[in-house]
Amino acid sequence: MMFFAATIAVLVSLGLALVRALLGPTLFDRVLAGNTIGTLAVLTLALIGFVTGRPEFLDIAILYTLLNLIGTIAVLRYFKLSEPVVPAAPEE
Amino acid sequence: MEQIIDIVSWVFLIAGGLFCVIGTVGMMRMPDMFTRLHAASIVDTLGMGFLIVGMVLQAGFTLVAAKLIIIAALILLTSPVATHALAQAALHAGLRPKLDHDETGGHIAGEDASSNS
Repeated sequence: MMFFAATIAVLVSLGLALVRALLGPTLFDRVLAGNTIGTLAVLTLALIGFVTGRPEFLDIAILYTLLNLIGTIAVLRYFKLSEPVVPAAPEE
Repeated sequence: MEQIIDIVSWVFLIAGGLFCVIGTVGMMRMPDMFTRLHAASIVDTLGMGFLIVGMVLQAGFTLVAAKLIIIAALILLTSPVATHALAQAALHAGLRPKLDHDETGGHIAGEDASSNS
């Protein structure tokens, strides 16, 4: 029951982060929301492992933690090496 | 003893869920990308920390608790790296923080005034 309540709270905040990823005015808002969604997905996996009584989900959570960092750094590096595209950039 | 551990882990799990919601509500309401970074770090530190401590208390002294502590350590190591890289990439791309009154004179710390890359 307690894990169920915590899972509901984490899922609500995952929805809010998803709204920010869809709304985000700049590209970096979307990358930030993606990073937060990754952390919240790890927490959701661990909590679901406790809700269903199957601790194997924790191994998947460890894998997702590592993939989250690699994904964020890879996306940032890809956009750093290409032309800077910021929609609402103030003039220098 | 069982009851005390249950109550304490209830408190930790509710606090963790609350901090997750607070962090993402901050991400919705903050006006600027750099302030949104600040709000998102609450989810990575306080929300994650309270939730993991609550789960460790329920797991007891087992392999599951060791895996949970490994997850917490990995998130605590990787999240500041990702946030720092994100802020640096945003500054590099020309995004500037929204300031009430500018005391830097248009000069951001850590950026050469001569090189205009």
